[in-house]
This record gives sequence, C-alpha cells and structure tokens, in this order.
Amino acid sequence: MNHDELLEMAETAQAQNDAYDHTIRVCTAAGCLSSGSQAVKYALEQEVQKRGNEHRCRVSGAGCMGLCAGGPLVKIDHDVVYRDVRVHHSASIVGELGGEPIRELRIDPDEPFFERQHPVVLQNCGTIDPERLEDYLAAGGYRALWSAVHERSPAEIIDEVNRSGLRGRGGAGYPVGLKWTTVAKARGAEKCVICNADEGDPGAFMDRSVLEGDPHRVLEGMALAGYAVGASQGYIYVRVEYPLAVERLQKAIKIARRANFLGHRVCGTEFSFHIELRLGAGAFVCGEETALMASVEGRRGSPRPRPPYPAQSGLWGKPTLVNNVETLANVPWIVENGSEAFAEIGTNKSKGTKVFALAGRVRNTGLIEVPMGTTLREIIFDIGGGIPDGKEFKAVQTGGPSGGCIPAEHLDTPVDYESLRALGSIMGSGGMIVMDETSSMVEVARYFMDFCKSESCGKCVPCRVGTVQIHDLLQAILDGKAPSDTRERLERYATLLRDASLCGLGQSAPNPVMSTLKFFAEEYDALLGSAHGAVAEGGDA
Amino acid sequence: MTTEPNVVTLTIDGLPIGARDDQTVLEVARENGIEIPSLCHIDGLEPVGACRLCMIEIDGDPRLHASCVTSCEEGQAIRTRSHRIDAHRKMILEMLFAERNHSCAVCVSNGQCELQSLAQKTGMDHVDMPYLYPKLEVDASHARYTLDHNRCVLCTRCVRVCDEIEGAHTWDVMGRGVDARVITDMGTPWGDSRSCTSCGKCVHVCPTGALVEKGHSIAEMHKKRQFLPYLTIMRERR
Repeated sequence: MNHDELLEMAETAQAQNDAYDHTIRVCTAAGCLSSGSQAVKYALEQEVQKRGNEHRCRVSGAGCMGLCAGGPLVKIDHDVVYRDVRVHHSASIVGELGGEPIRELRIDPDEPFFERQHPVVLQNCGTIDPERLEDYLAAGGYRALWSAVHERSPAEIIDEVNRSGLRGRGGAGYPVGLKWTTVAKARGAEKCVICNADEGDPGAFMDRSVLEGDPHRVLEGMALAGYAVGASQGYIYVRVEYPLAVERLQKAIKIARRANFLGHRVCGTEFSFHIELRLGAGAFVCGEETALMASVEGRRGSPRPRPPYPAQSGLWGKPTLVNNVETLANVPWIVENGSEAFAEIGTNKSKGTKVFALAGRVRNTGLIEVPMGTTLREIIFDIGGGIPDGKEFKAVQTGGPSGGCIPAEHLDTPVDYESLRALGSIMGSGGMIVMDETSSMVEVARYFMDFCKSESCGKCVPCRVGTVQIHDLLQAILDGKAPSDTRERLERYATLLRDASLCGLGQSAPNPVMSTLKFFAEEYDALLGSAHGAVAEGGDA
Repeated sequence: MTTEPNVVTLTIDGLPIGARDDQTVLEVARENGIEIPSLCHIDGLEPVGACRLCMIEIDGDPRLHASCVTSCEEGQAIRTRSHRIDAHRKMILEMLFAERNHSCAVCVSNGQCELQSLAQKTGMDHVDMPYLYPKLEVDASHARYTLDHNRCVLCTRCVRVCDEIEGAHTWDVMGRGVDARVITDMGTPWGDSRSCTSCGKCVHVCPTGALVEKGHSIAEMHKKRQFLPYLTIMRERR
C-alpha cells in the first residue's frame, strides 16, 4: 500500500459518510447499553426506514460520549447531543432532523462538562463507529503508523515519544520513552509488546471505554510501539469481564490484519507485527506486570520479584514492553501531531491529558479527559456538576485500592503525578470516586481493604495475612469492638505491608487506610471512643 | 547471551566480603557465617522471595529487599538487622502463626520445625494479633504421606521441588490471598493423584508439619534434606 492508497481509503470512507445528510450516533458503550441504547438504536433505524430515509440518514453505533449519567445518549451530526433517550423519542428525533433540536432532550452545548475537556485519547470516542475501519481512517487513523513505518526510523519514534514527556497512564507514571528505550536496547532476537487492559480498580472504566469506542487507536499505538522497540509480537491482556471490548478488539484485529495495518509486512514494509488477545479471568493482581506476564504464559498469575525487569527478561524470557491502554492510545496522536504539540498540554512534569472515570456522589458521572494540572475542584464541581441532592462534598478517592482519599481542603490540588503522591494518594489509572457527607471514611477504608484481601494472590506473607488483619481491625472499629491500641496497630501493619510486600498491590494496599487516618482522624476517634476497650486476642504458639 | 560472572566486593553488616555477581546476598551471607532468617528459601530450589523474612537494607535505598532474590553488586553496603527489620520479621512470624492452626504441642514436627525455631531465634514469644482459626482439612488419602493444611505456611517448597527436581508437577497452589492452598493435581485427593510418584521429596523439604510421613507420633518426624544439594550438584554437572 502506498500513501495515496491510504489517503484514498480515508477519502472514500469520508465521502461515504458525507453522502448522508444526517448521521445519528447512538452510544453503544457498556454504560449506555445497560440503560437500553440498543433498543433505542433499533427504534431509530426502524423509524428512518419507515420514512424511507435510509439513503439520507445513517444510524450508527458509537463509543462512549462521556456523560454516562445521562444515558442512553444520542448524537445528531456533530453538535447536538440528546440525553435520556427512550424508544418512544425515536419518531420525534427522526422527524426533527435538520430542524430545531428537541429542547427537552438536548444537552446544553456550553455545559462545562463538554467545554472544559481536552480530548486526545478520546478524540474519536463517540464520533466514530468503533466497528468500522473506514470511520477510523476517515478520522485520520493509521496515518501515524503509515508514516512511521515508511518515513521514520524506530529511533526517531522513540525520540518523539521521549520528547513528548508522556508518562505511563497505568498508575506509576514511569516515563514511556525511557521504557521504550530500555526495551529497544535490550538484546534479544524476539521482543514482545503487551497492552495491559486488565483494568480492575473499583469505579474505573477508562480503558474499557477506549477499547469499546476506538479499538483501532490502541492497535495502532501497539504497532507503533512494536516498530519502535523492534518487536513483532503483541498481546492484549484484557479482562474477560469486558465482553464488548473483547468482541470489538477481535473484530478490529481481524479488519486491521486484512487491511494490512497488522500482520506480515505492515503497510508493505519489512516490519511485521501480530497481535493476539489474552483474556484475564478476573484477578486484580494480574494488572501487575510480572503477574500479567505469568498469566499470558498460561501460568498462575502471581507476581515475581523484579529485577529482572520485563524490559530485560519478560514473556518467555524475551525483552518485553508493557504499557497500559491509555498510554498506547496517546501514541498515534503524538506521532501524528508531534511531541511539541503534546508537551504543550499539561504541566511541567506531567504532560498531556488524563482520562478519568467520574463515579460516586457527583452529578455528571461519566468519562472525562482533561489536561494534566486541572484541579480536583474543576473536575468535580465544574465538569462533574458538583454533589447531587444538596449534599456537602467530603472526599474524593483517586487511584483505586492503591490510592487515597483527598479531603475538601485539598480540592485545589492540580491533578498530576507528584501532587497526588504528596497527598498520600496516587494518580492511578484514573478512577475518581466522589464521596459526600453521608459516607463513612472508615467504611471506605474497610471496603478497599476487603477488596485487597480478596485480590491478594497469597504469595507473600505481609500482603496475604496483613490485609486480613487490617481489614478485621477496621471491621472491629465499625462494630465498636476495637482494641484500645487500634490506631497504633493499623499503622504498624500498614508499614509492614508498604515496606515488605513483594509487589505493588501489597505495597500500596495500606494507602486508603493511611490517607483516611491522616485526613479523617476524627472519624476514627469518634468510633474508637465509643468502643469499650475490648482487648486483642492473643495466645502462645 | 551468557556472560561470565564478575567478582565484586561488598560489605554485609560491616564485614568486607568478596562474591560473584551471580550469587544472591543470602547465599553470600551464609557462606560468611552471617545468619539471615528465611523460610521459603531452600538451597537447591529456585528462590521465590515469598516469605519476606530474609529482608535486608541496602545503603542509599529506602526500600527493603528480600536477600534470597537480590544479587550481589559492587560496593553494596548491606545491613541484615536493624530496628525496622527486626520488628518486621517478628510481625511476619506472628502473622504466620495467626494465619493457620499451629499447635506445636501436638505436632509431629515439634522440635524439628523451621517455623518454630525461627520464632525462637527471633524472640517471638507470643502472638500479638488475633488468630484467624480457619477450618481446614487434612488429606490422609495417600498411602504413605499426610497433608495437613493447618500447618502449611505456603512456602511452596513442595511445589518447586516436585516441579524442578522430580519433574512431576503434582503440587500447585489454588485460591487467592488467605484462601490460597497447596493442592495435588487439580485439587483432587493426594491418594488419587496420577502424577505423584510417591518419591516423598515434598515431605522432606516441607519446613513444618504440613507434609509428613505416616506412622510418626508427636515430635518424631525427622526430615532428611541431604538429597537436595546432592541432586542439585548432579543436575548441574550433567
């Protein structure tokens, strides 16, 4: 394939889309599907057919449009978005095409929810049909890959990513360019690229939305990574709880292979890159890279000590690059638009944008993408629309079970890797759970510890037993049966977990406890004050 | 890409030591008579770094490292004991005792148990946390051996010796977290196992009374480990 052919494919796709007077896009991501968007889509298709408009009006599925709280969402052409659409609205929606938008259903286009966002990763989410390669091509897809494999050397691609300042979006924020360099420099005849799509934090659905809404972007990012580090094999480790993402990825891989964007001799060059799916059976710890690799190899998903790091010895001993979905989804944009354009977004040390999944006690629950450095207040109160039912904001939990709870006095903290870490939380993969005055912070800590104790793999003692001991202490506090030295014990066990656990899961498991102890000590004290000084059980061995 | 190991010098607890960089800190410390407590490690099997008892501090690094999986590097200054390490080791042992039902007084391995002697050595004289008292099974279906989950510490020595030395891979681990268990075959009774060769290596590497030979009474179970270094040497020379 030459460049003209690629452009022609994109133009044909665009012309096909332009041939319609109107496009009705129905969100068919998991959130809207669960509120009945499939039935809405069918009703709209029927309505269009009934009126004999099928050649003028196209009804298509689309990825997540963000405002999940208002689902099912329907987008008319480019600017009108309807919320809470039901089957009985289909007649009026199709009837009013080209006329005045229906006021009762329409979301105000100046709503800060849309206005304050900065889509990079979610550029195509909600505007293209994720199951059609043509739509992705029309939106400029695979141009970055084409130009990379034809016109640029792997070193140039790494350099581009390096200069963009992109950091890993899976949680720890490791510089992506540096990781790529180490894999590229590692010695080995065969190398692998793994896309970590084992998103498991409670309340997080960023990666799922990207995979469901724009799967080709992730494939393109992986192929670019493969080209840059010299890998010819890629694996996507996606959890089986994401059936729609799995289905769309399978389709996308097949289509991309047929169009020669994947497989042997990508875009007619010497570079070959194959992608296989691996389904994770629902273990949180498999998001940890060494456990993930064990699982891909078909073994029990337990972490192993590092070094050796995957870059040195990963899958079956080969040098392996492990990046998260969102990280890879940033790559085509960087290669296409240049590292400088990317580095202009965000803060000094945290470049680019971050996708967050807003959940909990916030009006606009859903998926958002904002420049790094946006404050928590802007995210929760401007974009999120604040707390519903006239309640007071209490805390926001970032980073899932490895993160912490941030109270109201720190709402003006800019969201970047360092600032969140300084508060005892982490950026994490992007889950953001908002809590109002009715939430008990001790209960929140107990919930996360319950999660960690059932997701601990059981390999190392501190995590296996420590999570249970901490959980039982928190439960005892809630039951009013805690021993008088509970706080001191919590801190002692938490320190052990942080210092001595084998992998990141155990090391970060105490974060929700430590951060609530730090910021909401009075809640612990209130509950502990009511306890009747029960004494810890002990005994001789 | 095998390169010859380099010779390095480092200090452990202030003692200058020479080592090869393909050796672990635990190995070198023991060569030099410095005792670091460990439970999951046994010479001759692949280290896993699971029990976390062999933690050490390296100067200039705030983290703790499991010495069984830390290779020696030039110029390292290593401490095998500190207030923090001692406190953590004791707590890990307490956690192990609290996790399952370790009743030394009625155990066939009493007096010959590695968990028990580690507790004695580290001065862990009582368990300052609630016991979990799980209800666990005993598998006595094998003709010659017994598996008692109540006494298992999940060190996975049995799993490794069966896989790495005997080559049968009868043992594995199932379940997660505190519910993890060692199993034979696909979680079926040991006596029904088709892969088990009844060689008994698992029994003799087990540090506690979790795997024992039948026909022993309290404190009678002597474990014979001599075979392991011998087999390892045989294998390496092959």
